[in-house]
Amino acid sequence: MFFLNHIWLIPLFPAFGAAMMFFFGRRLQKATVNAVCVGAVVFAFLFACFTVVEYTHFAHGTGHPFEKIVYTWLGSGDAHLSFLKKDGTTAQFNADAGFLLDPLSSIWLLFVTGVGMLIHIYSVGYMAHEGGYYRFFGYMNLFMFSMLTLILANNYMLLFVGWEGVGLCSYLLIGFYFHRKSASDAANKAFIVNRIGDAGFILGALTLSWYLGSFRFTDINTLARSGHFAIGDPVLTAAALLLFVGACGKSAQLPLYVWLPDAMEGPTPVSALIHAATMVTAGVYMVARSNAVFVLAPTAMKTVAIIGALTAVFAASIGLVQNDIKRVLAYSTVSQLGYMFLALGVGAFAAGVFHVFTHAFFKALLFLGSGSVIHAMSGEQDMRNMGNLRGRIPTTFKTMFIATLAIAGIPPLAGFFSKDEILWQAWRSADGGFPYLWLIGFGTALMTAFYMARLIFLTFYGQPRMSHEVEHHIHESPKSMTGPLVVLAICSVCAGWLGVPASLGGTNAFGKFLEPVFAREVAASVAPAEPQEPAGEEHRGLEWTLMLLSVGAAVVGGGWAYGHYANAGKDYPEPIAVKAPPLYTVLYNKWFVDEAYDYAFTGRRKIGKIRLGAMGAGEASSWFDAKIIDGAVNDVGWVTRAVATLSTWWDKWIIDGVGVNGPAILARMISYPARLFEWGLVQWYALVMVAGLLGFGVYYVWK
Amino acid sequence: MVPITTLHYLVVAAALFVLGVIGVLTRRNVVIVLMSIELILNAVNLNLVAFSRMWGNLHGQLFAIFIVVDAAAEAAVGLGILIAFFRNRETINVDEIDLLKW
Repeated sequence: MFFLNHIWLIPLFPAFGAAMMFFFGRRLQKATVNAVCVGAVVFAFLFACFTVVEYTHFAHGTGHPFEKIVYTWLGSGDAHLSFLKKDGTTAQFNADAGFLLDPLSSIWLLFVTGVGMLIHIYSVGYMAHEGGYYRFFGYMNLFMFSMLTLILANNYMLLFVGWEGVGLCSYLLIGFYFHRKSASDAANKAFIVNRIGDAGFILGALTLSWYLGSFRFTDINTLARSGHFAIGDPVLTAAALLLFVGACGKSAQLPLYVWLPDAMEGPTPVSALIHAATMVTAGVYMVARSNAVFVLAPTAMKTVAIIGALTAVFAASIGLVQNDIKRVLAYSTVSQLGYMFLALGVGAFAAGVFHVFTHAFFKALLFLGSGSVIHAMSGEQDMRNMGNLRGRIPTTFKTMFIATLAIAGIPPLAGFFSKDEILWQAWRSADGGFPYLWLIGFGTALMTAFYMARLIFLTFYGQPRMSHEVEHHIHESPKSMTGPLVVLAICSVCAGWLGVPASLGGTNAFGKFLEPVFAREVAASVAPAEPQEPAGEEHRGLEWTLMLLSVGAAVVGGGWAYGHYANAGKDYPEPIAVKAPPLYTVLYNKWFVDEAYDYAFTGRRKIGKIRLGAMGAGEASSWFDAKIIDGAVNDVGWVTRAVATLSTWWDKWIIDGVGVNGPAILARMISYPARLFEWGLVQWYALVMVAGLLGFGVYYVWK
Repeated sequence: MVPITTLHYLVVAAALFVLGVIGVLTRRNVVIVLMSIELILNAVNLNLVAFSRMWGNLHGQLFAIFIVVDAAAEAAVGLGILIAFFRNRETINVDEIDLLKW
C-alpha cells in the first residue's frame, strides 16, 4: 500500500521539476535541466506503474475505487457553508485535496506519464538548439503536474484546478516562441476559446454539486445511480450539457475547435504531448468521469454523439486539403476526438476511452515523427516542399508509416480495434437514428485514410520538391528523438490487442478492466439504448461486415491517395481542386469558420458597416462611453459653466458693483465738498491758521 | 534813560514773531521757511526769558533751553527730509510739494 498511500507524490514530481526551473532554471546547465525535468517525469511514470500494479491487487478486479484524501482544501463542517438539498437533508460544501484511483484514472495515469516521459526524452533532442531550454522544460513539467492533478482529483473542484492548469500550460507552450506574432496570437486564441468552455465547465460542476450536494465523484456517482433521479431530469441535463461545453472547449469539438489547429504554432513536442495525446483528451476523461450523470440525461448524450460525429467528419474534410504537415495532424486530432465523443455519446464509454488510449500512442507518434521531419527539413512544414524522404530518414519514415496504418484502421494495429469498436457501438446502440452516426463515422474513416496516406506520400514518396540547400541538410534525428518514436511505434502496434473484441476471439480485457466504472449505471439505467442481449451470431456477422467495410474504406482511401500522390512531382495536382474547385476552396479555407467567427464573434471583420462580436461590443460600448457617459459628463460640465458664467456676472456687477463699489462711490460723492479744502499747498494751510489765530485774537480783544 | 521793562522785551519778541510768520507764509524756499520757523521759536524763547526775569526764577529759562534743543533737533530732521525730498523731486519749492493733496 506504500505507493497507493503516497499517490499524491505523482503530481509532485513534475511540480518539483517545474519549481526548480522557475527558481533556478536560468543558472542551470542543460544536462542538469534534463536530469531534473526528464527525471521527474520518469519518476512519476515509474511511481505510477507501481501504483497501478498495487491498485489492481487492492481492487481484486472489482474496480472498487481507491480514494486518498490528503487534507480538506475548501470548505469545512461549518454550518453556514452547508446547504439544503432537494431531499431536505443538508450537505457540507467540501472540496478536498483528495486523490481517486480507479480503472479510468489508472489508464489515463499510465498513458499520460508514459507518453509524457517519451515526449520529454524526445524534447531533449528536439529542443537542443532552441533558446529558453529550461523554460520549455519548466512549462512541460508544470503541464505534467496539472494534467496529473486533473486525472487524479477526486472531486470537480480539484479537477478544475488541473483543468485550468493545463489550459495555462497550453497557452504558455503555444506561445513559447512569443516573439512571433502568430504564435502569441494562437496562444491567446487557445486561451480565450478554452475560457468559454471553462465557464461552461465550472457552471456545470457547480450546478451538479448544488443539486447532488457534493463535489466528490464517488458521492455523485452513488447518488446518480441510486435511482432517486429520473432519466431526463432537467437539472441534470442542464449540468451535463454545461459540462459538455467545457469538454468542447478543452477537447476541441464543434464549435470551439478553432484553437487547436492554430495551437500548432507551439514546438512540435508540445503539439504531441498537449494537443494530441493528453490535454485534449481531458474533456473525454471528464465526460467519462461524469458518466453516471450523462446516462441520466439522454438529451445531453445525444448532443455529445451528434457533436462528436459532426466534428469528426468536419475536421477530417478540412484535413483532406491542408498542406502544412502539422495542420493535417491537428485536424486529424480534432476528428479523432470527435470519434471519442461519438463513442461517449452513444453510451460506449469504454470504447471511447479505448480510442483515447490507442490514439495517444499513434497520434503522439505522428506528431513526433512530423517533428523529426521538420527537424530534417530545417524547419520546413509545407508538404508541397517535401517528397521522397523515406530513404533519407528511414526510422522516422517507418515509425510514421506504422502510425498511419494504425490511425487509418488497418488490422491488427491499435487504431483498428478502437475505431471499429466505436463504429460498431454507434451502429448497435441505436434506437433508430444512430446508423446515421455510423455512416458519418464510416465516411470519416474513409477520409482519415485518405488524408493520412496523402501526408505519407507527399512527405516520403514522390519526387523531392525541396530547395537544394534544404535537401543537402536532410539528416536522421538523434537517438533521443528516434528512440521514443520506436517505442511509440511498438505501442501503436500492440496497444489495440488489449481490447480485441469477443467477435474476433478476444476477451476485450480493456473493456473488462473499465467495466466497474461504467457498468453499474448501465444496469441502473433503463435506457432502451443499451440492450442487454448477448452478442448473438447474427450480430457477430453484422459486426464482421462493418469491420470489413471500414477496413475496405481504409484501403480505398489509402489507395486513392496512392493513385494521386505517390508520384507527386513539383506542381502536382490536388484531385479535389481538379474535380470540384469550389469545394476545394471551401475546404482549403477551413469552411471559412475563422472568417465567420471574425464576423460574428471577434468582430475583426465588418458586415457592411456593422461590426458584431467582441470588437463590435467594444465599439458599441466605446460609442456609449463617448456619447452617453461622456456626453452626460460634458452636459453637466456645460451646465456648470453656464451657472458659473451667470454667477460671475452676478458677482462682478451685483456683489462687487452694487454691494462693494456702490457704497464707495457714494462715500466719494458725499466727501467731494470736504476734499475741496485740501488743495495741497502748505503755506495756504499756514495762512489759514494765522488768519484763524488773528480772527480769534481780534474777537477776544474787541469783545 | 527809560528802564527796559518786560513790555519792551515782549514788543521785540512780537516783532520777531511777526517777521517769522511773514517769512513762513511768503517764502517759497523751504530752507528759508525753516529759518523763519527758527525766528518764531526764538521769539517764544525771548518771551520765556523775559517772564523768567520778571518773576525772578529760572523756570522760563529752563523752558527756553528745552526749546533751543528742540529747535536744533527740528532743524536737523527738517533738513534731512529736505535732502531726501530734493533727491526725488529736484526741487525744494514749497508750492511744488503738494503730494498729499487728494
